[in-house]
Formats: sequence, C-alpha cells, structure tokens
Amino acid sequence: MDSIIAWLQAAIAFGTVILFGCMGEILTERSGNLNLGVPGLMYFGGIASLTGVFLYQNAVQAAIQAQIEAFTATGGAAQDWRPTGMFSLLVQQNASASATQYWDANGVLGIVIALVCGFSAAALGGLLYSFITITLRANQNVTGLTLTIFGTGVANFFGGSLVKLSGGVGQISVATTSQAFRTGLPWLSSQGVIGKVLFSYGFLVYAAVILAILLHLFLFKTRKGLNLRAVGENPATADAAGLSITKHKYLATCLGAGITGLGGVYYVMDYIKGTWANDGTIEKLGWLAVALVIFATWKSVHAIWGAYVFGFLYWAYYYVPKVFPFIQLSRKSSELFNMLPYAVTILVLIVVSLRRKKENQGPGSLGLPYFREER
Amino acid sequence: MKKDKQKSVLAKEPLFRLSRRAQMVWYKAWLIRAVALCIALILSALLIYAITKMNPFKVYGTMLKGAFGDSLFVKRAGHLSLNRTAWTTLRDVMTLLCISVGLAPAFKMRFWNCGAEGQVLVGGIATAGIMIYFGGTLPTPLLFACMAGASLLAGAVWGLIPALFKAKWNTNETLFTLMMNYIAIQLTSYFVAMWENPYGSNTVGVINRDTKIGWLPNFFSSGANNDFMWNVIIVSALTIAMFIYLKKSKQGYEIAVVGESENTAKYAGINVKKVIIRTMLLSGAVCGLAGFIAVSGSSHTISTATAGGRGFTAIIVAWLSKFNTFVMAFASLLIVFLETGANEIASQYNFNTYASKMVEGIILFFIIGCEFFIQYKVHLRVKRDTKEVAD
Amino acid sequence: MEQSIAVQMQHISKRFGAVQANHQVTLEIKRGEILSLLGENGSGKTTLMNMLAGIYYPDSGEIYVNGQKASIRSPKDALALGIGMIHQHYKLVDVFTAAENIVLGLKESLNKRQIIEKIQSICEKYGFQIDPNQKVYNMSVSEKQTLEIVKVLYRGADILILDEPTAVLTPQEAERLFTVIRNMRDDRKAVVIITHKLQEVLSVSDRVAILRKGEYVGTVKTKEATELSLTEMMVGKKVALDITRTQVKQKQLRLQVENLSCYNQEGIKALDNVSFDIYSGEILGVAGISGCGQKELLETVAGLTPPAEGSTITYYPPREQPPKSLIGLSPKKIRQNGIALSFVPEDRLGMGLVGSMGMSDNMMLKNYGQGRPFFTSSKAPKALAEKIRDELEVVTPGISTPVRRLSGGNVQKVLVGREIAAEPTVLMTAYAVRGLDIHTSYTIYHLLDEQKKKGVAVLYVGEDLDVLLALCDRIMVLCAGQVTGIVDAKSTTKEELGLLMTGQRNDTQELSDTCEQDKGNHLQQQTQQDEQKGEVE
Repeated sequence: MDSIIAWLQAAIAFGTVILFGCMGEILTERSGNLNLGVPGLMYFGGIASLTGVFLYQNAVQAAIQAQIEAFTATGGAAQDWRPTGMFSLLVQQNASASATQYWDANGVLGIVIALVCGFSAAALGGLLYSFITITLRANQNVTGLTLTIFGTGVANFFGGSLVKLSGGVGQISVATTSQAFRTGLPWLSSQGVIGKVLFSYGFLVYAAVILAILLHLFLFKTRKGLNLRAVGENPATADAAGLSITKHKYLATCLGAGITGLGGVYYVMDYIKGTWANDGTIEKLGWLAVALVIFATWKSVHAIWGAYVFGFLYWAYYYVPKVFPFIQLSRKSSELFNMLPYAVTILVLIVVSLRRKKENQGPGSLGLPYFREER
Repeated sequence: MKKDKQKSVLAKEPLFRLSRRAQMVWYKAWLIRAVALCIALILSALLIYAITKMNPFKVYGTMLKGAFGDSLFVKRAGHLSLNRTAWTTLRDVMTLLCISVGLAPAFKMRFWNCGAEGQVLVGGIATAGIMIYFGGTLPTPLLFACMAGASLLAGAVWGLIPALFKAKWNTNETLFTLMMNYIAIQLTSYFVAMWENPYGSNTVGVINRDTKIGWLPNFFSSGANNDFMWNVIIVSALTIAMFIYLKKSKQGYEIAVVGESENTAKYAGINVKKVIIRTMLLSGAVCGLAGFIAVSGSSHTISTATAGGRGFTAIIVAWLSKFNTFVMAFASLLIVFLETGANEIASQYNFNTYASKMVEGIILFFIIGCEFFIQYKVHLRVKRDTKEVAD
Repeated sequence: MEQSIAVQMQHISKRFGAVQANHQVTLEIKRGEILSLLGENGSGKTTLMNMLAGIYYPDSGEIYVNGQKASIRSPKDALALGIGMIHQHYKLVDVFTAAENIVLGLKESLNKRQIIEKIQSICEKYGFQIDPNQKVYNMSVSEKQTLEIVKVLYRGADILILDEPTAVLTPQEAERLFTVIRNMRDDRKAVVIITHKLQEVLSVSDRVAILRKGEYVGTVKTKEATELSLTEMMVGKKVALDITRTQVKQKQLRLQVENLSCYNQEGIKALDNVSFDIYSGEILGVAGISGCGQKELLETVAGLTPPAEGSTITYYPPREQPPKSLIGLSPKKIRQNGIALSFVPEDRLGMGLVGSMGMSDNMMLKNYGQGRPFFTSSKAPKALAEKIRDELEVVTPGISTPVRRLSGGNVQKVLVGREIAAEPTVLMTAYAVRGLDIHTSYTIYHLLDEQKKKGVAVLYVGEDLDVLLALCDRIMVLCAGQVTGIVDAKSTTKEELGLLMTGQRNDTQELSDTCEQDKGNHLQQQTQQDEQKGEVE
C-alpha cells in the first residue's frame, strides 16, 4: 500500500514537470509554431531560477553575516541580533539551532525570484525562437533543435560552474527556497491516504492543474483564444480577418516558452530539491513534454491526466517490484522498463494518425511559416 | 518616385516590407553566410571573454591550438604526418559527417529523420556485440565485414520502423524518430548492464583492450599512434557516393520528386511508399555505420554517450548544407573545430565542456537566421521630411 | 441617384519578381453601383484588388478611400476603411463554426446569442440562409461563399470586392448571388466583381473596368457595352475565335470507359457510372462546373485514383492489337504495357512538374526509369528540353533554371511539350489554358489540333464554353459526377451545354433528379425559380 502511494506521489510529481512543458508547448503550437526547443527552454527555466535564487540567498546571507558582525562588534550577543526595518522582510527564522544558520533568506521571496527568473529566461528563449522563425522565417524544426542544443549548453555550463563563477566559495545552497517550494498543504497533507496522495505536494503541482484548466478555458471560451486558434489553423484567414499573425505568434510562443520554463523551475527547485545535475534528465523530460502534447491531442485538460500517466509509467521500473513482489527486475531489465513512456508515446502517435477526426488533429498550419505576399 | 505634398497622417507606409528575391547570385549568398559566421564568431569570442576574461583575440588562437595542435604536421618515422590532436579532430569530423551524410537522403525527401542519435546507438550496439562475442573466433576481414554489416542492418531497422508507419498511415515522423532515440538509449543502457566490465563499473570498458581485435587498424603502419585514416577513407567514400547517388541515380531522382510533391511522384508513377521505406532504410543504415565507426574506429566501447548528441547536430548540418554532402564536410569541420576549441578553453579554465554547445548554438542561430537575407529582400521606408507630418 | 466616389486608385504598380502584375493602374469605385473588373486570366485583376484589401502593398501609386489618402498595410486597415474582400479561395477556418468564423478577429465580447441575432438580421436583410452553428468542413461550396459574404457584412463593410464569385456556382446559385448583390447596391454599398465572364458582366454590373496584361484599358457603362466591344477591350484586338477544327476521316475506337465510379478522399462518390468512348483523331471536350468529377475522371483513367468495383476502362491499341484493360494499373504499369497515355494535369507545378527542378530534369519525370541501369541519363532530357524550348518558344534563363521561376504560360508550354513529345495515343488535358494569355492559349489549341491530325485521341477538360464549342468534336457534360449528356460540338449551343451543366437533361427528368440528390455536400442548388425568389425577399 505504501508503495502504491509512493508510486502515485512520484507519478504526480514527475507529471507536473512535463505538464508545465506540455502546456507551454500547447499554447505555442496553437499559434502554428512547432517549437522543438522545449528541452532547451526547460533548461533555461531551471538554471535561471537556480542562479537567481542562489545569488539572492548568498547576498542575503552575506548581509546577515555583516550585520551580525557589526552587532557583536558593538558588544551584543550574536543570538540576540534581530533584523530591523525593511531588512526584516528579506529574512526569516530557521528552526535549525546554529547561530549563523538561525537567520536565513526569506523563502517566499525566493519563490517569487525563482518563478520570475525561470519564466523570463525561458520566455527570452522563446523570443529568440520567434525572431528566427517568425521574422526571419527559418525552418522551425532546425531552429527548435538549435535552441535545445543552446539551452543544454548554457544551463549545464552555468549549472556546473555556478559556484566557481560566483567567486568560488561554498556550494550551491538554495535549501531554504527549495523547502518553501516543497511545503505541502498544512493540515490536509496529513489526512491519511487521500491527504498523502492529493495534498502532500508543493504549490506548483496545484498551480499546474489550475493553469491547465485556465489555458483550456482561454483557448476554447474566450475571443482571444478563438483568434489564437485561428492563427494556428489558417493564418491567411486570420490575417484577412484583421488579426496580426506576427503579434499572435510572438505572444503565444514567448508566453508558452515561459510556461515551459516553469517546468524547469519545478524540476530544479522541487523535484531535485534545489540542486543541479548534469545528467541530461531535463532533456529527456522535455521530449516527453513534446510527446505529451500529441497524447493530449492539443488540449491542456487532457494533458493533466496524460502527464500523470506518463509519470506512472516512468516510475514503473522502480515501483513494480515493490508493489508486485513476484516480479523482480534486474538492473538490465529495469532499463528496458524505462522505455515504457516512449513506447507509449509512439503508440499514441500511431493511434492519433489512425484517427481521422478533425478536432483531434494538430493545428492546420503547424510548422509552416507564413508570408502574406507568398504566391 | 514621385513625391506627394498633400500627405495626411493616415497615409503612412509601413516601416519596412519584404519581398521574395528571384534568385541571388551564388557568391553573394555565400558572402552573406560568411558575414553571419564572422559576427557569430566575434560574439562567441566576446562571450568567452565575459566569462574567462581571456583576451578575445587569443580566444580563437587557443581554439585553433586546441583543435589542431601546435603545428599541424609532425615528422614521424621519416615522413610527415598530422599530429595527434589534429587526427582526433579529424576523427570527430568524420563521425559527424557520416551521420549528416546518412541524413541527407531522408531530408531531401522531406522526411524529418530526427532519429539519427538512436540509429547511431543501435549501430554501435551491434558493432560492440560482434566485437565481444566473435572477437576471437572470426578471421579479421570477416569480422570487420560482420561488424559493418550488423551496424548497417541495425541502423536500417531503426530507420525502417518510423518509415513503415509514415508510409502506411502518415504518422508524424519527427516525433516518432525522436522517441526512437530514447528507446535506443534505454536499449544501450540494457546492453551496457549486460556487458559490464569490470563488474559494478556500469560501463563496458574498452573492448578487447589487449588484443585490439575489432579495432580499425592504423593505416600508416609506421606510425605508433592512432591515425584514424580508415575513418577518413570510409566516410570520404560515403560522402562522394552519396553525392553521386542523390545527383545522378534514378533512386536519387525519385527521392527529389517525392520530397517536392507526393502528387507529382504519383503522377510520375513513383511508388511513394516504396521510396519512403527504401530511403529510410538507407538513411538509417548509414547512420548505423556511423555507430560502427564510432565504436570500432574511435572509442572502442559502447555507452549512451557514443552518439553524444551528434545525431541532433547532424540534423542541423544536413539541413543547412541543403543536402549537398560536400558542404556538409565543411560544416562538420566548422562545428567540430568550435566544439574542440571551446573544450580546450573550458579545460584551461576548469569549466565543463558544455561551453562548446553554447558556442555551437550561437553560431547555428546566426547561420540559420542569415538565410532570410538570401531569400528575401527588405525594403525600408523611404525617409520623408518629418516637418510635413501634421498632428 | 447621386453616386459618391468610394475608392480612387491612382497609378498603382506592383511587381512580383520578374512579373509586372500591375502597371500604372487608375480606377474609381462608386457607391450604389456594381463595378465589374474584367480581364483575362492573369491580367492583374486579383492583384489590384488584393492591394485594396491589404493583402499586397503597392510598389507605387496612391489609394484614396472616401476622398482621404489611405495606406492599406493589412486586411485590418482595409476593414477599418470599410473594405471587405471575398477571395476566390475562401478564407475560412475549417474546424470552426460559421458563427466563430464570422466574429473572428473582432473586438466585441463573445456573447453567442447576440452574435447569432446579428447574423440572422443580416441574413434576413439580404436574403441569405446560414446555420451559425454548422462547422465549415461540413459546408458546401456555395454555403461557404454565403458565409464569406455574411462575414464581411457583419464587419460593416460597405465596399465589397468579390473575386470570381461564380466560378464554383451553378447558374441558378449565381443568379441568386446576383440578386443579393443587387440588394446590396440598392443599400448604397459599393460592389466590385472580378470576373472574366462577359455574360455576367453584362447582366449584373453598372460599369465595367477593363484590365489587360496588368494595365488599365478603360471603363465603360454596361448599357453602352456589348460582348464584342468588351472582348475587344479585353484582348486588345478583334478576335473571332478562329480555332482550327480539322476533320479527321479515319477514326478508330481508342478508349472505352464504362460504368466508371470512384470515391474521393472524403469517401464521397466523385464519379457515378460514367460511360463514354474516345476515338483516334478526335477531341472529346469535357464541360461542367468545376468540381463535378473532371479531376477524378482524368486521374482514374491515368491510374492515379483507384476506380470503384464494376468499372471498366478498355484501351484499344492502334493496328488491331488486342484490347487491354486499364483497371488496376498504376501509371508505371500503364507505361510498361506500352500504352502511350499522356496527361496534362490541372495542378501544373504540384503534379505535372517538379517546381524546383529545371526543364531538363523535368523532361525525364515519366521516363527516368529507361536507359542504363541505376543512373539517370542526362543527354536525352537535355536535348528534349532544348527542342521544346526552341519549338514552343519557352522563355527561360536556361534549361536548368527551376521551372517554378517561369511564368504560368511558359510552365504550361514545358508541361504540354513534354507530354506531346512522348508521342501519345491518348492525350488528356485538364484546364490546359487556365491562366494563360491569349497567344499562348492559341498555341495550345493549335498543338491539340495537330495531335488530333496525327491520330491521337484527345480528352480536353475546359472551362470556356466558346472554346469547347470551337475546338472539340464532341462534348461530354459532367454534373456532380454523372454524365448528363454527350453532344455534337458542331450542332449544340451554349444554352444547351449550360442546361446540361446544371443537371437538367431534356430526355430523362428522372436522372437529373438523382443527380441532384447525389450532389450531397458538393453543390447545393435549387432549380425552381419560385423558391429562389421567395428566399431573396
């Protein structure tokens, strides 16, 4: 039973990463842009949030140290020091006992910094992609893949060198902010099985679900959503209707990229608890997010459960032997088990191509550039 | 242009507008590409300067040194030979070029084969498998034939699967081949676990370390170090053969027609499905052979890093080279030079090797973007006397 | 009634690469008037109007709307000035409903009830019928056109441009459209109709502006114009249609088609029991409103589309050899069986030629498989390309210049030249002169007649009834996939053809009824005049 709960929890946490990536890509693809830079954008989001929070926490820590030193110099005891004025907004008390660790950077502010940094870095990546594909009309596949290469390079370079670059002291410590990210719902999370499965996650898990529903409502119930879908389906028609194709594509792609970037933020700050690993996992997750778009037939509400199914399959290699003791996997065969999400995606691809229902196909002009004076 | 004096505010031309160019003379097009490349190189140098504070002028000197060594040729055993660093760079160029050449027919057919990474890996697995199991039993020529054959076959199968579905149900090949990459990566992990050596290391280790059975031999027998000449010979032959195949053969003609329009192909009596399947068999097979070259001709081991992202880089190389395999050779050289050079700088400053991917990304963005100025003409608004504009 | 000027276009020029689409065109559009913009295919009518609708931007010249100088940079600008254009290729989003398409791009809130009420009030005012909740991919062609017009009116456009609005309509649907257009004129709107059909011009418009080869020729009042005077202005010199029709004495049965049926991609029956035969040394014309099965007919015979069960297509080779069935044969198999079947498809660059290849490479499109093994030969195609370039006066920078860069007429010369060079026994052409200038058209007519003289059986699918009557020996009329009649071109009249095209068969009324039912999604039409009037009012 515990294993099943753990499995579900792992699935939901995992699913949230690709759900963000998928929602961003749905928004982008609805405007007709097929952005294969999703892994790169998630890398951007992850590294930018980590860098931002790292710099912020370091700066606050340094300020605390300085103030405490100044305080003790005037004869006060270190543990009696209290932040004053505006500075008290930047810090919070920690439960740990050590005097220097007792005061730390404010985790909620860290969350805000992480989100803003992650979102805007990825959105900038989207802007780059938009400029090259929309304004310069380059091939979308090639541009997207380049964005992935670039994002992988930038993120892993800075991820691996962050400490060295910042002056070479200490290690990456964003534990406070990461802790804030991972705080579950206070009372509900302790209420039995349901509490564990439904309410034990950091706030971004719920934000993702809410965002997916809002995105669906936006696309299918509002005028702006209607316009955006028209741009993706048939840009010539949307253009003739007086909509600016360029503006819609730019906006949807940049916002979409930003949302995709949040997947990276969640992965770094929550999923791997505020650390960095150059192991290429984000890249894998990015491609799964692209696959999920198809799985969800370009509808974000379907992406919610789709993401959790992917997560469930992804963790199957680990939990299957625990839940079903009669199945024992060697390390070899667990590698084969890891193929499941990709194999399922291929299956879905095939099924989608077999279905002929118009509403389930991708946007009509997906992947094609638009030039009004083409003839 | 006739100037009109009674302009109202309403009458404002757009700031700039575009028109498609008829056709640009080839040297102008290459000039634009060269300019874009220069800007990208300068920008990369500035970026490296910003991080390392290294003199931007020295950056490329260091990179050149990192890629080609101090002096390109060294005297060894009485005759001139490339130095070791240059050979290594050349080896990497050949691997990338081999994958790009493999992608060329698929791309010419407008089939987005994004699965080269996986095709290289399965080719590598097949090669490694034969090296391990038949290393001691088969005579050398037969062993190499088996290794090459197995890698061709494995790559071909990996290319065939998405092609079958594309031909039958028009299943999206971009995403299908992408997913096939990850299945191949997992498959590689599976075999790495199976062939683990020594036990617990989670790597295969260098296969046949002592006997060097199944290693592509030195070409210049006098040289003590690896010269990788076989890699150069095999890939050069492939490059020329593929060029001729695409330009002069009937099958190449069919590929071009299918890539342009399926309707035209049907009209011409071409069996589109057959061409898709045949071309992907070929494309996958050549990429699989790249796996053979990577395992037998360079790393002598197999791991998930055997392809090392080159499958993706090759997509961009193949696309930017407009399916011309000789241009691919140049593009591969450029990219490998940048990678090796950036790695040299990174290692000097104790940074990790991802720096090269960053530089690579910048350069590719510029080259992709500059095609716009070759295809389109930008008309800027004619400057007007601002005093005339009423409020 | 005083007529105020809605739009003035002055000295408008526009160039696409090597093609001068418009040169110094000056034009006036008035309110409360229907203006016909007349010109041959390719005379720059659509380009000119696209500049008014904001699709293209003029290279030089000025546009005044309601007396004010205007710069129309986008369709949005055009709509803000009250200009709405109904394009020949409808600009609709397939997966949206009618109502969603209508409100697309507007600012007001998405109140479904209000929107539907407003749509209905417009429909009532001008006499349209439309279901706001229907998805566009379920609509017939004329429903889509209606939707386009309602869309433009909903946006408050008072200057309407219709690009070849009747090209896909039956005469009855067209007449209904004209009534609507007249209603709009009476509502003081300015209406422009782009067309090359003289009959329409004379019956519906108040004034006619004529373009020729991108240049403005003049404007005349319709009352003072005749078909002859308009033709003169349009083509520049007096042309009687003096197309040669050689009489060939010795005729042999060459191709026999019986009970041919086929389904299109959507699973709709596109051909329904079509039976006919062609003889050597004759041109069999095929008339019909576009989309009535012409394309499918040619593609089935050519082996591109599989026919339904029970169809037979039999080829009778010259010199008394045994007949062969074409059913189930691919284009390649047909060639391998020694059947010289040439086909000039409607979509020249999308089917007949490879746009990115030069003339030379295009020459071997159908016979690249011959000659030495594995490698293509380059000599023979090169020689053939040079021969065609010289004989048909193809204007091209070189035989390796991508054919996509050639003008429409030259593209067609390359295609027809190649198909004729294959020495066919059966030659099928689909809209062989569409988009070509008069001179090139006559070159094509002449080539076809030459082929006939050589004993080729020619199947000519055409649009212009006058040409069909002058060029062909017999004319087969298709309506919604059925043959409504095969008539002798020398004795029939345009009126008779027109009636057959709408599915009215004089002999058997029953069959025409079935024909209409089968039209299903393709074409919706009403034959009863009374009903039609009732709707309009």
